[in-house]
Amino acid sequence: MTIVDIRPHLREWAMPHVLCAGCAHGIVGRAFLVATDRAGIDPDRMVVVAGIGCSSRLVGYLDFCTLHATHGRAPAFATGVKLARPELTVAVFSGDGDGLAIGGNHLIHAARRNIDLTVVLFNNEIYGMTGGQVAPTTQRGAIASTTPRGNTEPAFDSVALMIGAGASFVARASASEPFTLERIFTEALTHRGFAFVEVLSDCPTYFGRYNRLGDGPEMLAWLTRQDSRVAEPLAAKRVVDHLPIPEAPPGLDLGVLHREERPVFTGRRSG
Amino acid sequence: MKQSRLIQGNEACALGAVAAGCRFYAGYPITPSSEIAEYMARHLPEEDGVFVQMEDEISSLGAVIGASFAGARAMTATSGPGFSLMQEHIGYAVMAEAPCVIVDVMRAGPSTGRPTSPSQGDVMAARWGTHGDHPAIVLTPASVTEIFELTVRAFELAETLRMPVIVLYDEVLGHTRETVELPPRVEIAGRRTPRVAPTEFRPKEAGPDGVPPLPAFGDGYRFHVTGLTHDERGFPTDEAEVAGRLIRRLHAKVEAHRDDIVEVETLLCDDADIVIFAFGIVARAAKEAVMVARAQGLRVGLLRPRTIWPFPDREVAKITAGASVVLVAEMNLGQVVREVERAVAGNARVEGLFRADGEAIDPEEILQALAPDLEGAAR
Repeated sequence: MTIVDIRPHLREWAMPHVLCAGCAHGIVGRAFLVATDRAGIDPDRMVVVAGIGCSSRLVGYLDFCTLHATHGRAPAFATGVKLARPELTVAVFSGDGDGLAIGGNHLIHAARRNIDLTVVLFNNEIYGMTGGQVAPTTQRGAIASTTPRGNTEPAFDSVALMIGAGASFVARASASEPFTLERIFTEALTHRGFAFVEVLSDCPTYFGRYNRLGDGPEMLAWLTRQDSRVAEPLAAKRVVDHLPIPEAPPGLDLGVLHREERPVFTGRRSG
Repeated sequence: MKQSRLIQGNEACALGAVAAGCRFYAGYPITPSSEIAEYMARHLPEEDGVFVQMEDEISSLGAVIGASFAGARAMTATSGPGFSLMQEHIGYAVMAEAPCVIVDVMRAGPSTGRPTSPSQGDVMAARWGTHGDHPAIVLTPASVTEIFELTVRAFELAETLRMPVIVLYDEVLGHTRETVELPPRVEIAGRRTPRVAPTEFRPKEAGPDGVPPLPAFGDGYRFHVTGLTHDERGFPTDEAEVAGRLIRRLHAKVEAHRDDIVEVETLLCDDADIVIFAFGIVARAAKEAVMVARAQGLRVGLLRPRTIWPFPDREVAKITAGASVVLVAEMNLGQVVREVERAVAGNARVEGLFRADGEAIDPEEILQALAPDLEGAAR
């Protein structure tokens, strides 16, 4: 496979970017750009919609049409873009708080409709932009600025949620496996229907510091070996997993976890 | 060719939208506006347009804004509780300069209130409901025909000024049936597209009228849109000077077109000693009150704004200059009256007739409210 030069797809004039040193979101963004290139998407016909948060700010540096919307509502904006102009390829960048807390309702209804979108959900288990508050994905026991004695709530399993809501392509990958990310993003972008990819990312500035997980490199290593999240419900629902994931952390399924063909919502009489 | 038919206000709204070229509707069911969604669901597919029922009013306006950036003339409609939920995205549409039309068919509030009863309680919510300094354009039709006309007008203002425009009327007007003659198509001015090459395009650089050109997503201009305060490149900024320039331009573009936006209608105001200020359904009752008073030789007139925001303060000042009393009749506890007082600036006594029980104000109530001043209005 040839190496993709992502620089033509970046708005270098908008740099320096707002992300912290050690944040893996850039790895995810890079893999996404490689995937758009490999999928043969015309940059003029690519729209990336984002919510609010660190991961959502990433879209500003992508040289497509980019719509930095409101907190949690990116799937709704993306629905409007896609329905009004079906020939466009539309993706959503969302964070775990953005997509699973304030925007949970929009996410599940976009999945239910099986509208042709690709949603990338960056999960770093924390609200980074606002200073390290607990997120719906924060593991029980983890320290955040609003759970100074440890989180007492269970964490959301976004993959189980999306399969339950009706997403026709559901995957989970880790920022510590960038080549796998590229492959999964390419498949998600070419899937017809609602494609959801949760990406395990890091936040050394808050989550790593509060929980003594180290800086960027240490956190990426942690992403590949931590086993405190349990995913038995997902394992029961696993339909397709043909991608070789060499370092799947025990207890947490990675890869393409669900794929099906079902009618795509277009809002028009002739789909 | 115009067709004569008996239709309700909410249908006239949907027909006006389609006639103006609306090809995208996203909404959520709510009384008393749901008929607009139902008509759009029926009519839009015939026009190769898209109707989608969203999961709530927040996402409804979000989808409308997304469709707007994809090039569609787009709208949503709602009522009080849904209008509250839409405030987040009304602010976004102002900041990102997304052309869109929002219809609020007012019902009695606050909260769930009386869903099937009218009010005019959302006048200030339409002006100030979303946070931050922002301009607002709000149109107030008073008949089924005018709902059609002002819905068309709302699209023209939204598209040419790149901002949300609100059509505000109440439950009675929404459900009133009147015989109307409506054209199936109306030509309106649309959004201006850029004349420069994509490499030269600066998405928030405005022309002399304060309105930046807007290409559609997919037309070859790859640009960024954000609700964050941004510079002329459309990219977030923390520079105070740039931030101030943006916020002032958003207001200036409305002010520059103010005389075109603001429309009022007068009835027998030239010699009036008492001017009734009323909009929407209340203006219908006020018109009857004026005719009854005139039949008794009393010098009473009606000033009816078709545009409530920007507030027609100069028109109010001019038209009431010869009056000694201005009676503001509104179906709330006094939201517009202070605007009228500001415009009249002490040149006449301003009285209020308010009703907030979910019932419409009738002509008799207006005549009773005028009674103490009618002696002075005699010829």
